Amino acid sequence: MENFFVRYKNPLALMAVLFIQVVALATQVKRPENARSGNTGSGTRLIRVWTVTAFTPVEKMFVSTGHFFRDGWHNYADLRGVRKQNRELLDEVARLQMEQVRLKQDAEQARRLQALLEFKERFISRTVAAQVIGTSGTEQSRVVVIDKGSHDGIRQDMAVITPDGIVGKVKEVFPLSSQVLLINDHDSGAGVILERSRLQGILKGTSQGELQVTDIMSDEKIEAGDHVITSGGDRIYPKGFSVGTVINATADRDNDPFLVIKIKPAADLRRLEEVMVVTKMAEETPAVAAGPAPMRAADILAQRLPSVPKQDTNAPKSPVGSTTGATATGATAAATPAAKPSPTPVKINPTTGTGTEQKPGNTSNATGPAKQPAGGAGMATANPVPAKKTGVEDKKPASSGQTGPVSAGAAGAPTPTPTPKPTPRKPRPPAAAPGSAPPGASEPKASDLPGTVSPEATPTPTPEKPPR
Amino acid sequence: MNAGVSLTSREEIEVHRFSWPVSIGIPIAAIFLQVFLRIRFFTVLDLPLLVTIFFAVARRRPIPGMITGALIGTLQDAWTGHPIGLFGIAKTIVGYLGSSLGVKLDVDNPGSRFLMTFAFVLIHRVIYMAISLQLVGGSEAWSWGHTMLSALVNGLAAVVLFALLDKLKLRN
Repeated sequence: MENFFVRYKNPLALMAVLFIQVVALATQVKRPENARSGNTGSGTRLIRVWTVTAFTPVEKMFVSTGHFFRDGWHNYADLRGVRKQNRELLDEVARLQMEQVRLKQDAEQARRLQALLEFKERFISRTVAAQVIGTSGTEQSRVVVIDKGSHDGIRQDMAVITPDGIVGKVKEVFPLSSQVLLINDHDSGAGVILERSRLQGILKGTSQGELQVTDIMSDEKIEAGDHVITSGGDRIYPKGFSVGTVINATADRDNDPFLVIKIKPAADLRRLEEVMVVTKMAEETPAVAAGPAPMRAADILAQRLPSVPKQDTNAPKSPVGSTTGATATGATAAATPAAKPSPTPVKINPTTGTGTEQKPGNTSNATGPAKQPAGGAGMATANPVPAKKTGVEDKKPASSGQTGPVSAGAAGAPTPTPTPKPTPRKPRPPAAAPGSAPPGASEPKASDLPGTVSPEATPTPTPEKPPR
Repeated sequence: MNAGVSLTSREEIEVHRFSWPVSIGIPIAAIFLQVFLRIRFFTVLDLPLLVTIFFAVARRRPIPGMITGALIGTLQDAWTGHPIGLFGIAKTIVGYLGSSLGVKLDVDNPGSRFLMTFAFVLIHRVIYMAISLQLVGGSEAWSWGHTMLSALVNGLAAVVLFALLDKLKLRN
């Protein structure tokens, strides 16, 4: 007998080790309820915790060092294109502001309807930003490790997202790190909706790391490029988050009347670096916002355009007759839609722009004469207050929009005042307005300018001598 | 006259030894690189498996080789979302077979190292899939193309890696 053990020592040792491992494996598999709750037996849990916790600080250090050098290089490289990018971003901001107004009104309407129906809404209340510091290292398990754990408020089954779309859910939580099961793992699943057709399905990962939606009948029409969003039915991922787009749809061989729809994930699951963990979801009936009155897109655009200054409704009315010839000119100009910026600077017509006295509080000028750049209608003003210039006004000193009366037109009430016949007079030299048009240099008539009226309709006050 | 030719020379059956830092540090470094380097190539390459094979073959003692494989596999399991033991069992068997094979064959030749690693990667994959499908109830699909590519890449990597690790052997 002793000879048997000595002779077969190695195979026996192998069997003993395998037996222990198989029993340990069976212990984990036999307790699915524990596995769901993350408590896969104290022994196996300890192995995970010790291993991951021991590696995490080193990984964090390597990741931080790598980011330090990479960011340093990127900061330098990015400076080269920052000016052009800034211009593009400003345009993008302007466009988005317009879009935001429209969406805000839609959202308000939706909230009102939801409130009427007592609809409970789930929304993201709090997130924790985390950095990906590792993976499972195998293709059999699509798991990434993030640098936030239970100390940061991370719990099991929390959704992990990026601005592009959903990434996965927290599978295991350790003190300093967590394991995230990606949505393309074959153990993963999520409830989704095809955005266009509103069909609901189940998102699953495959063993090849692909995403597919199942449980959609084959008689439904699915088109490549259809957007897929989360349905919120799984109580993990917030509703309406981007999942991906449809690549193609084929018949499910294993499940005949259904389709298998391949999805291209919205988030780049192979190059994850920073993610957000949704640590708190709130659920409440949306309250109808009682904020300020909605702003029209045209108002936003008007704010951005130099030719449309804000109308000061508190400004005192000017006496009759103080409305200058430029008043009507500018009034008509402003009567045109404000959303059309003038492509070329419009110069002031000296016949209407000169000889006018711009009094403070003139109704024709919402911003007041002090804000008029010299060279425009205000050029002839007797008001010695230095012109307050905006950047845009500097570039367009005599544009039709800068003539004081523009805002009168903006109010939609160009008021032609009966005045004496216009008397031509010599244009006065501009009062040191940087960038202003030189007097008399190819100045078109007001009637030639877009948005102006003819001088016949332009009431002009009695000219006065320029101050010496 | 005895004309029988042994498959192994005295040098070939020499049992190599390693210092403690190397015995512990190399497997940990392999696991660290495997989980830290988020490069797609590294998911095909199985560094912990290569290290398991190297130590098993170099030591030529089944029990240490087996235990080395069990420990490396279990540590690797900790990083996956699977139950712990899948890689552990697979690498235990590979470690045992590697050390048993090292006694009988010349495993210091680059060609034999390539073939041996190629075969061990296939065995490792078969064992892993068998456990995953039969014991754990997994739903992974077997892919011949991916498996052969993995075996080829690991075989080539083994030739280079083993040559580097040879320098860490303790010589009497």
